[in-house]
Amino acid sequence: MPQYEAGTFDVIVVGAGHAGAEAALASARMGAKTLVLTMNLDMIAFMPCNPSIGGPAKGIVVREIDAMGGAMGRVIDKTHIQMRMLNTAKGPAVRALRAQADKVLYQQEMKRLMEEQENLSLHQGIAEELIVEDGEVKGLITQVGGIYRAETVVITTGTFLRGEIIIGDLRYSSGPNHQQPSIKLAENLEQLGFETVRFKTGTPPRINSNSIDYSKTEIQPGDDVPRAFSFETTEFIMDQMPCWLTYTTSETHQIIDENLHLSPMYSGMAKGTGPRYCPSIEDKIVRFSDKPRHQIFLEPEGRSTREVYVQGLSTSLPEHVQRKLLESIPGLEKADMMRSGYAIEYDAIVPTQLWPTLESKQLTNLYTAGQINGTSGYEEAAGQGLMAGINAAAKVLGKEEVILSRSDAYIGVLIDDLVTKGTSEPYRLLTSRAEYRLLLRHDNADLRLTELGYQLGMITEERYARFLEKKDHIEDEIKRLRGIIIKPNEQTQEAIRNAGGSELKDGIRAADLLKRPEMNYDMIASLTESDIALSDEVKEQVEIHVKYEGYIEKSLQQVDKLKKMENKKIPENIDYDAISGLATEARGKLKEVQPLSIAQATRISGVNPADISILLVYIEQGRIAKV
Amino acid sequence: MMEFDTIAAISTPSGEGAIAIVRLSGPEAVAIANRLFRAPGSKALADQASHTIHYGHIEDPATKEIAEEVMVALMRAPKTFTREDVVEINCHGGIVSVNRVLSLALRAGARLAEPGEFTKRAFLNGRIDLSQAEAVMDLIRAKTDRAMDVALTQMEGRLSRLISSLRQALLESIAQMEVNIDYPEYDDVEEMTRPMMLEKAQWVQSEIAKLLQTSQQGKILREGLSTVIIGRPNVGKSSLLNSLVQENKAIVTEIAGTTRDIIEEYVNVRGVPLRLVDTAGIRETEDIVERIGVERSRKVLKEADLILYVLNYAEKLTEEDLLLFEAVRDMNYIVVINKTDLPQQIDLDQVKELTSDTRLVTTSLIEEEGIDQLEEAIAELFFEGEIEAGDMTYVSNVRHISLLHQAHQTISDAISAAEMDVPVDMIQIDVTRTWEILGEIIGDTADDGLLNQLFSQFCLGK
Repeated sequence: MPQYEAGTFDVIVVGAGHAGAEAALASARMGAKTLVLTMNLDMIAFMPCNPSIGGPAKGIVVREIDAMGGAMGRVIDKTHIQMRMLNTAKGPAVRALRAQADKVLYQQEMKRLMEEQENLSLHQGIAEELIVEDGEVKGLITQVGGIYRAETVVITTGTFLRGEIIIGDLRYSSGPNHQQPSIKLAENLEQLGFETVRFKTGTPPRINSNSIDYSKTEIQPGDDVPRAFSFETTEFIMDQMPCWLTYTTSETHQIIDENLHLSPMYSGMAKGTGPRYCPSIEDKIVRFSDKPRHQIFLEPEGRSTREVYVQGLSTSLPEHVQRKLLESIPGLEKADMMRSGYAIEYDAIVPTQLWPTLESKQLTNLYTAGQINGTSGYEEAAGQGLMAGINAAAKVLGKEEVILSRSDAYIGVLIDDLVTKGTSEPYRLLTSRAEYRLLLRHDNADLRLTELGYQLGMITEERYARFLEKKDHIEDEIKRLRGIIIKPNEQTQEAIRNAGGSELKDGIRAADLLKRPEMNYDMIASLTESDIALSDEVKEQVEIHVKYEGYIEKSLQQVDKLKKMENKKIPENIDYDAISGLATEARGKLKEVQPLSIAQATRISGVNPADISILLVYIEQGRIAKV
Repeated sequence: MMEFDTIAAISTPSGEGAIAIVRLSGPEAVAIANRLFRAPGSKALADQASHTIHYGHIEDPATKEIAEEVMVALMRAPKTFTREDVVEINCHGGIVSVNRVLSLALRAGARLAEPGEFTKRAFLNGRIDLSQAEAVMDLIRAKTDRAMDVALTQMEGRLSRLISSLRQALLESIAQMEVNIDYPEYDDVEEMTRPMMLEKAQWVQSEIAKLLQTSQQGKILREGLSTVIIGRPNVGKSSLLNSLVQENKAIVTEIAGTTRDIIEEYVNVRGVPLRLVDTAGIRETEDIVERIGVERSRKVLKEADLILYVLNYAEKLTEEDLLLFEAVRDMNYIVVINKTDLPQQIDLDQVKELTSDTRLVTTSLIEEEGIDQLEEAIAELFFEGEIEAGDMTYVSNVRHISLLHQAHQTISDAISAAEMDVPVDMIQIDVTRTWEILGEIIGDTADDGLLNQLFSQFCLGK
C-alpha cells in the first residue's frame, strides 16, 4: 500500500470517546497542536452503555475534570434530560450529582466543542501501526497509508482492541454497538511488548417507549432545583424527563434458570473477566438466588428518540430469551425490543506498565487512557483522558508533568490504583477507594483543582478571577464567624429553641454555635450582622468547613504524613537487584511497578514495612555516597 | 509512617536486669517524656538543659498514679545516637514496670519502634558510617522476621479469633454503608442508620474494653494480686496469713533498696497469685492501721487489688468495724468471719446488710475450717465473668495493648459522633479506622477486604 505524509502534530490522540475527547481538548487548550484520529466522526463521545453521567465518586470526577478546565461537565449540563443530587441525606463528603443524558445531543455538543477548539484537528481514520524509533513513539500510520508524525501519542481505544461481541452461542469480532473493532493496532501493541489481559463487560436491551405500560411502574423524577456539574454553567435545564422503576418477577428468574445453559457466561463461551459491580442479570440470579426480585430502571436515551435503556437487565442470553425476559417484567409485557443486550470482550493493557503520568514505561512518548487501561465507565475514562492529554502536551511544551495525589482528587486515586496495584477486573471508582474522601468532596472540587487548571492554561482569566473571589469570601466569612461572640439574648435563645437545641448559658463564638448539629449557616447568619451578600456556594463551604472542622483536621493530618512519604523520591535508575535484604516477592513487585516515591511503594501489595525500611536505607546510602 | 514521628522502645535486653531503659527518639521525645515525668520542686523536664539526668517519677497522666521511680536522661539533637532528640528513662523495677512506662509513652503519643529502627535513624541521619549500611539492612530483616514470629505465636488462638470476629462485624457495617453511598437508589439494601451503627459500635467498644481489662489481668498474673488483710486486733489476721502461706507455697521477698521495709509474700491460690502486703506488720503488731498510721493505711488500702477483711464471730460489731466497712466500700473485698469455734455474738444479718452482695466466708482458722471456701471465693472473684482459669487469653504484648487503646479511642469517637447526630458516613470514618487498627494487631492489612465483602454481601450493578 502506498503511504503518504498526512501531517505533523505535537500530540496525536487515537480515539474520540470520553477519554480521547478530554485528552485532545486538554492538549489543544494548553497550546499543543493536536490531532484526533477516530474511526468514525459520528461516534465522538458516544455512550454505548448507560445514557447517564455521574453518580457517587464518578460525579465527583466530573466536577474535578471541570475544575481543571475539562469538557464533560459543561457538555452534560447542556444536554441532560434529568439531573439529581444523590445522598442528600448523608454527609457532604458523599454527595454526588448524576444526570441522564440525551445521548445524541451529548455527542453533538462534544463534537462541536472539539471542532471549535483552537489547535485541534479532527480526522477520520484507523490507526494501525505506531512509528517507533529507538524505543520512542514518533507517530502512526493509518489503514489507508497516512503517515501522521507527532512528539507524543495518546491511545484511547476503549473496548475496540480485538473486541468481540457475544450473544448466546454467537461470537463475532466487533467493537461496541457493532462498530469495527481495532485488530491491527492490537497486534501492533502486542509486538511492541505490551502485556494485555482479556476483560468483559455487557449491556442490556433497549426497548421502544411506546410499548411500555408505565402505569405498572414507579416514576423516578429528577430534582426540581437547578443543578449543574460545571462551575461555569449559568443556564439550567428545568424541563426534565423522568425515569421509571419496575422489578423482575419469579417468572423472570425461572426463564433464566431454564436457559442458563445458553448463556455464554455459563456455557464457557465467554472467557474474559467481568466486573463484579456490574453483573449480568443471569449472574445476579445465580449468585443471589434467595432474592425474590431485582430492580429494573427504565431510562430514556434522549428527547428525540423513543429508545429506552433497561438498566438492571444486562445480559448476553440469546435474543429470543431476552424477549421472553422482558415480557415477564411488569410494564414490559408488550415491550418492543429494538436492540438486544450483549457481552463484549476486549484486550486491556496491564496498567502497571504505565507511569503515574499514564506514559508507557517501555515506549517513551506513548500514553494510554480510558478503558484500554482496564477501567470501566465514561467518567473514569474522561479523568484519565484529561491527565494523559495534559501530560502528553506538557512533555511537548517543556512543562512539568502533572500527577494528582490520592489526597488531591478521585482522579489521583484512580490513576494511582491502576499504576500501583493493577486491576484484576474492569476497574470502577467507588467512594470506598478514597482514603481522604472527606477532603475529596463534590462541593470543593474547584477549591482543590482550579488553581492547577489555571496554571496549565486551561482556565480562563475571567473564571479564575471569580474563583479567587469565592475563595476570599469563604476565608473571610470563616474568620468572621470565629471572631464574633453570640450573646444569650432572647432572640438567640428563641432561635436555638426553635431549632430544637438547648439554650446558651454564656456567650459563644458564632463558629462554635454553628458546630451544633441542629444549627445551620443561615440561622447563624441571622444572629450576626453582616452586610456582605454571600452566594449559596460560599455559604455551603463555610458551613461544611466549620461544622466538620474536627474531621477535616484529622484527615489533613493524615495527608500531611502522606505528603512527607511522597516527597521521599525513589531514584529513577535504582537497581532493585543490588539491594540486599529485600524479600523476593517485594523485589519482583518493585521492579514491575517502579514506584516514584516511598509513598507509592508502600501501597504495592507484597511490599512490607521491612522492605520499605531497607529501601529507605539503600536510597539514603546512595545519597550519602554521591555527596 | 516512619522517619518523622517519635518512636519508643525498651532498649535493654529482655529478662530481669537490674536496670531497664525506655528510649524515646524523635521531635516529640522531650514533650512526651515531659507529659509523664514528675520531679517535685524542680522545673519541667522540657526546660532542662541538654545532656542532663534527672530523678523523679513517671506518672500516668490519666490517673495521676505513680508508675515508676526513675532517672531520666535528656539529650537534645544533634549530639545523640540518632541525631534526634532522645530521652532515656531508666527504670529499676524489672520488666513489669518498664512495660508500664513504655505503654504510657505510647499512649502519650510515641509510636512503638520497628525492630532496628533506632539504628536505622542513626544511619539515615548520617550518624553511622556508610560501611555499616549492609549490616543495618540485615539487622532489620532478621529482627523483623523474628518479631513477626513472636507476634504470631502470641496471636494464636482466642485473641486472634476474637479480633477477627470484631473486624468482621465492623466490616459488614462498613460494607453496608458503602453500598448505601455508592448505590443510593438500590432499595433492597437496608439503609444503615445511626442507631444500628451505635449498637454495633458499642458492642465493639465493650469487647475491646474487656480485652484491655484482660491486659490488666495479664499484669496481675505477672505481678500478683496485691492483697491486704485488715481487721481489729485479735480477730485472727496473722492466723489467716499463716493459713494461706502454709496451704500454699510462699515465696518471701524483702523489697530491698527502698526505705519502706515492708515484707511481701507471694502465694498462689488456685491459680491466682496473691501478693500479701505488709505481712511483717501483721506479724509484729497484728494491726496495720496501728502500725503505719491512718494515712498510710488508707493509701495501702487504695492500692490494693484485694482486701481480706476479718471479723470476730464471737464479738458484736464495734464502731471500729463499721469504720473499716466504710473504708473498704467500693473495693474488691472478702469478709472473713473467723472464730466460728466460739459461741456466736456477731449479728450476721447486720454483717450481710453491710456487705450487700460482697462475698462472705465463715472460718475457724484454729480448727482449719473454711479455708477452702475462702480460696474458692478469691478464685471466683478474680476469674469472674467469662474468663476461666486455665484458659486465660490475655493481652500482654505492649504493641497489642497500645493498638487496642487506639482502637478503643477511635470507636469511642464514633460512638460520641453517633450520639451527636453526625452524618453516618462521617461516623464511618472512625469505624473504618477502628477496623484498620484491629487489623494491625493481627497483621491483616490486606486492603481489598472491603471490596470483596461489598460484592459478596450485596447484589449490585446495572
